[in-house]
Amino acid sequence: MGEFRCVDRSLLNDWHVVAERSALMSNSAFTTRLMGHDLQVTLDGRYNLRVVELDTGEEVCSDSRYGFIWACLGRPERDIIYLPETNEADRHLLSGGSIAVRVSGLRAVENFLDMGHFPFVHTGWLGDEPHTEVLPYNVTITAADEVLATDCKFLQPFASPTARAAMLVDYIYKVFRPYTVALYKSNPLDPDRKDLIVLFIQPVDEENCIVYSYLCYLKQGLEAAAARSFMQLIFAQDKPILENQRPRRLPLDPRAETPIRADAVSVHYRRWLRDRSVTYGAIAYPV
Amino acid sequence: MLEDVRTRWHPIAATDDLPLRHVFHGQLLGREFAVWRADDGYVNVWENRCLHRGVRLSIGINDGRELKCQYHGWRYSNRTAGCTYIPAHPADAPARTITNRSFQAVERYGLVWSSEDPRGDLPVVEGIGEDDLLVLRAIPVNASAELVAQRLQSYRFQPNSEIAGTGTNIELVAATEAAVALRSCQGRAETLGVFFVQPVDSGRSVIRGVLSGRPNDAQLTAVLRYHNEALSKLREDLEREAAALPVPVPIEPIFERVSEELASLPELDSRGRKAAIRVQVARKWQTADGIMAFELRPIRGLLPTFQPGAHIDVHLPNGLVRQYSLTNGPGETDRFTIGVKLDPASRGGSQCLHDSVREGDVLAISEPRNNFPLRRDALKTIFVAGGIGVTPLLAMAQTLNNQSLAYELHYFAQNEQQLAFSECRQALGNAVMPHLGLSPSDTVNELRRLLSPYLPDTQLYICGPNPMLESTRSLAAEAGWPEAAVHFEYFKNTNVIDDSSSFEVALARSCLTIKVGAGQSILEAMRDAGVDLPSSCEQGACGTCLATVIEGEPDHQDVYLSPSERASGTKIMTCVSRSKSARLVIDA
Repeated sequence: MGEFRCVDRSLLNDWHVVAERSALMSNSAFTTRLMGHDLQVTLDGRYNLRVVELDTGEEVCSDSRYGFIWACLGRPERDIIYLPETNEADRHLLSGGSIAVRVSGLRAVENFLDMGHFPFVHTGWLGDEPHTEVLPYNVTITAADEVLATDCKFLQPFASPTARAAMLVDYIYKVFRPYTVALYKSNPLDPDRKDLIVLFIQPVDEENCIVYSYLCYLKQGLEAAAARSFMQLIFAQDKPILENQRPRRLPLDPRAETPIRADAVSVHYRRWLRDRSVTYGAIAYPV
Repeated sequence: MLEDVRTRWHPIAATDDLPLRHVFHGQLLGREFAVWRADDGYVNVWENRCLHRGVRLSIGINDGRELKCQYHGWRYSNRTAGCTYIPAHPADAPARTITNRSFQAVERYGLVWSSEDPRGDLPVVEGIGEDDLLVLRAIPVNASAELVAQRLQSYRFQPNSEIAGTGTNIELVAATEAAVALRSCQGRAETLGVFFVQPVDSGRSVIRGVLSGRPNDAQLTAVLRYHNEALSKLREDLEREAAALPVPVPIEPIFERVSEELASLPELDSRGRKAAIRVQVARKWQTADGIMAFELRPIRGLLPTFQPGAHIDVHLPNGLVRQYSLTNGPGETDRFTIGVKLDPASRGGSQCLHDSVREGDVLAISEPRNNFPLRRDALKTIFVAGGIGVTPLLAMAQTLNNQSLAYELHYFAQNEQQLAFSECRQALGNAVMPHLGLSPSDTVNELRRLLSPYLPDTQLYICGPNPMLESTRSLAAEAGWPEAAVHFEYFKNTNVIDDSSSFEVALARSCLTIKVGAGQSILEAMRDAGVDLPSSCEQGACGTCLATVIEGEPDHQDVYLSPSERASGTKIMTCVSRSKSARLVIDA
């Protein structure tokens, strides 16, 4: 199943991260796969970026932004996502690493949107038993066609690299595009501002993805290395759970799995994918 | 062909693969199983997927009574595979219908057998004694079961007692598509070897060999090693042969969709109180002065899943229906245990159970309903029991005990002889604290001491006679307990029901407007109009017939709702409560 190529026009004509720029060696080719297409990425000097599809030898659209290399297999219909926080000088802007996960990228997005697993998967960090309750929150679809969850709250023992004590953390989740999701999380030192973490997910094929995290943490009291290692600690706890999900693709049939109230955001996400006819990485369910 | 294979029994594990508290990952015809043994010995074979998000249950935690999913901590009960707790919503009782798919399991010949859709019985093997056999190490092979079974026919081995020798005679006793039986004879030494082939997937199999006779300790290792080497050699040959063949397409398991019930309210097809389950009184014993305990076992099949705090309706031979709380701990799903106190003013319920019902009798009971759910997100939980009110609290205490969560069970009674379920209490140890022979005023003082000061993250559960319950609730309020942390269950509603009003009820979902006259309950009027709601005690105590009020002012006469629930005006117990406004709109 995994080798099937993508037929979703909106995904083919969108930008996807295919490499971390700092991980590329100058003048040497790097091979990766995007939605079943094998790509060769070469960065010659500082500016000469080329992404070539190996089967056809044809060059595909490419760009470099936020420290990542982006590719579009078709004709770009919109620009790479814009993140205004990247203009704020007092933020770290860094990659949290790229981690390959043997599951559909859509499952990885859904896991990122989920608070219920904190006490069980991120025990002692993002949650702790017996404090397991997921309080009601709001979900809307924005005018810009994003899934937005607000008023999310969870009691966290070690919410971030700068947290010193347990705190009730406020979250806002936003799904920008099918494979791009972000969370805005209360900063322990500056309660009026939020740290931002964005996941750019590369759909390698329908059942494999590479998760690139982009960290826009406030610099105050935080070393870049600490932010990176916190992200990797947390994601390493998610990876084995994600890789044990069956089926690996995200089912869009509302009766395939059992949602509860705490899953309101994932219910909206699945419906949003279905209504926009996103099928790549999903088990489609006709409307 | 595949359909045939699906209806057959196959070995999926060795009995030794299920040590204490382990979960084994099994597979048959592309379908994965989570296989686990509960502490009571029962072997569970379940679809290897949590119904919530599809995470494999084989990476879950077997706590001896329940299986806990690693992802969100959902708990599934031994035997029934029903979900008993969803930590994200600690105040709710999960819908009974959240039940994982389970498969039959039989242990025989040192192996665990299962099937997707078994027809007929397990294969019987002549010459292998259940108590005198040796299970060989399972050998996985990347080849189809068909090919493996074929090649196994030419497997050669020495009898156990001549394991170092050569030149044995091999007789092919039997061969099917799924198993080969071979007899090895040398002189008087003779060993029967039966080799079952487990079809893991279209191109993968496991050879599970069983030998007649367990070698003595001196020979055991030699025999095991001998077969391990010989079967591993066979495996290499088989894989070489299979590699030259076209690769078969893996079998895609079909996952059942979850029931529509979970997405919408169930349609009720018959009316009134249901008693769908037949149970037999397996044991009846006096557990305390004036209290009889009954152990109820299913006539056939499994009992439904229950949660701590749940009760059942018992339909008595004399036509009465009574509610009793289940005292069972988590995973204790082979029986329901209830305690019945003889009420001197009995209208025939407790009297009948005490005097007429005997061991061996068959009773009709309802499905368990839980209107007294237990939160498990508190740092500490305090249970206050008066007399027979201990029954639901025992079930709750065992649940917290099993999860190593802190609790105290304060049990008020006149004397030692009135304390029920001593075995269960002993197992809970020092967390159970009896308070004996206290006068009403001493009881109040003791309760005041226990409930103050109120500490955050503490929950209180009370069950007992009405006066005690009332005073515990007001003492808790005095001590600063928030109403949401105080949970209670009344035995019965002693309020005098005023049913003299008449009013109109609009049923929003059914698009019906009905008249409720004096002397008639909303529930009765609804049933007359063909709209049913589940009900149980029908006196405003148990919480089963709860409905949501959309418009109008309810006239509450129950003892189930809390003051704030009453004040909100959004809930009504349809069996006793009525309407102050001329019209009430409810969501039914």
